[in-house]
Amino acid sequence: MGSRRGTFATREIIAQAKGNRTVFQIRIHGRGGQGVVTAAEILSFAAFDEGRHAQAFPSFGSERTGAPVVSFCRFDDRVIRTREPVMEPDAVIIQDVTLIHQVDLFSGLSPEGYVLINTSNSFSDLGFGDFFDQYQLEHLMTCPATDIALEHLGRPLPNAALLGGFAALTGEITYDAIDKAVREHFTGPVGERNAAAVKAAFDYVASKVKETARASTN
Amino acid sequence: MLRQIEGSQAIAHTVALCRPEVVCAYPISPQTHIIEAVGAMVKAGTLAPCEFINVESEFAAMSVAIGASATGARAYTATASQGLLFMMEAVYNAAGLGLPIVMTLANRAIGAPINIWNDHSDAMAVRDSGWIQLFAESNQEASDLHVQAFRLAEELSVPVMVCVDGFILTHAVEGVDLLDQSFVDSFLPPYEPRQMLDTKAPVSIGAMVGPEAFEEVRYLAHLRQLDALKRIPEIAREFFEATGRDSGGLVRPYRTEDAETVVVAMGSVLGTLKDAVDARRDLGELVGVLGVTSFRPFPSEAVRDALAHARQVVVIEKAFNVGAGGVLSTDIAIALHSEQTLLRTVVAGLGGRAITRRSLEKVLVDASRDELAALTFLDLDQGAVDRERALMQTSRGAVSGKASA
Repeated sequence: MGSRRGTFATREIIAQAKGNRTVFQIRIHGRGGQGVVTAAEILSFAAFDEGRHAQAFPSFGSERTGAPVVSFCRFDDRVIRTREPVMEPDAVIIQDVTLIHQVDLFSGLSPEGYVLINTSNSFSDLGFGDFFDQYQLEHLMTCPATDIALEHLGRPLPNAALLGGFAALTGEITYDAIDKAVREHFTGPVGERNAAAVKAAFDYVASKVKETARASTN
Repeated sequence: MLRQIEGSQAIAHTVALCRPEVVCAYPISPQTHIIEAVGAMVKAGTLAPCEFINVESEFAAMSVAIGASATGARAYTATASQGLLFMMEAVYNAAGLGLPIVMTLANRAIGAPINIWNDHSDAMAVRDSGWIQLFAESNQEASDLHVQAFRLAEELSVPVMVCVDGFILTHAVEGVDLLDQSFVDSFLPPYEPRQMLDTKAPVSIGAMVGPEAFEEVRYLAHLRQLDALKRIPEIAREFFEATGRDSGGLVRPYRTEDAETVVVAMGSVLGTLKDAVDARRDLGELVGVLGVTSFRPFPSEAVRDALAHARQVVVIEKAFNVGAGGVLSTDIAIALHSEQTLLRTVVAGLGGRAITRRSLEKVLVDASRDELAALTFLDLDQGAVDRERALMQTSRGAVSGKASA
């Protein structure tokens, strides 16, 4: 894990940048049936496994297949007392790219925030114009998670794969913790296949992060 | 055993450790996950002996619980919102008969308009029924309270409702230190009914009581609730000594010692409220929180003691007495019995409206400047209200105009 973590910001560096603030908050947008709520829960299991306090909860919409769904996850070295929805996320994961023009996906996202979008297009091809000009380019990423899921699961369920991508992009959680949490949530062969999707997405995003870092140092 | 677990699953786990012998319920969001999990344990044989009874309605669920409890079985059910209203007649009967049923209420708004999200309207609708009502602040407390609830119910022959904020707690995944069987067995002795239906020694329970004794029956029920006021903190103390966890009790003050303004609330909003209070404290403002865990019986004396030094008391209410004002506020006002203390009511979080730390901080700031009105609605969209009022005025005019023409 050491070599993997060396390629992107470690928790300590992020903690310094954030001052005393130790909480990290994630908002996941997707559609009913894509495992949006499950993704937040798995993320919380992974953070818990790393010894942190973690909280995951859905946006409590009436669950209907295809309807926009939001879930939240926050983890912290301190006890989490708040119950408010995540309104100022440190990271936003978009499981369904068709939501881009329908839902206010990036509300409250800080300029240092991370964005991970499930699409086979590159970030610059998504037509955001100058929306992300104030943001850090290396924190904005796309990942073809549905393609990866189709390859490894045979089903278009991008949630687990995106968590692998999230680990690679942010370094806020280890690949090992995500891998373990996914295997515990989806047991048996389904667990194996999801874990393979996590690995593929992690490797994909990790290599893109390296590329971006190389480009910015050149 | 500390586990990252959904609130509903943690509650179901704890309920099973309490060895209920009859569980009956009708599914309604957001209670469903709890009952599904208990049902699965009964089916798998990990909760045994226990009979899980599928019923056709909430009215039947409470009626079956009453029947089971009356024959000496430990009975459990869970519901929410309209489900609670549908079983309301039986809810009163359970209390009137003194049957120690424990019920989880996954707090949810009441329609119309239909709304599946959280507030406390359902619990408030049965506050006079004679049930003990305990409100959980977190999933840890929600889980722990169930063990205390069975103990309390059976000691006093009073049914106990554990109120857990729907979705906000029931569907939240977080760390919960789960109890183990040996602890629960030591804390909660087997149920020994005071009186039971038995074919070998037949008795009638729930027979008609006329005007000559009905008041006495009600007063006796009140006295049992007053007994509960004494036992609730004792049981919580015993629980604390065994587990180190501060779950249950009557009220829970937070940074109130020197507070000029104290905010009173129940349930999961207390967590966000404590964060808001810490933020204002960092700026030197003298604010505190009083969590009310036991809503019925209402701990007037404990509330009065905790609020004795406050100049201003702000009650955050997740329910609203339409046409009158706050529900909890009324009890607080009676408990305070003081004209010196400013009492303010803030209705918040109705129908699942998110209660944010930012909005709560604004309440605290407004309160400290004496700018908080006697009754306010948190984050109210005044524009929408005004537009709707204007529309109602015009449409009424149009109708009456047509009638006169």
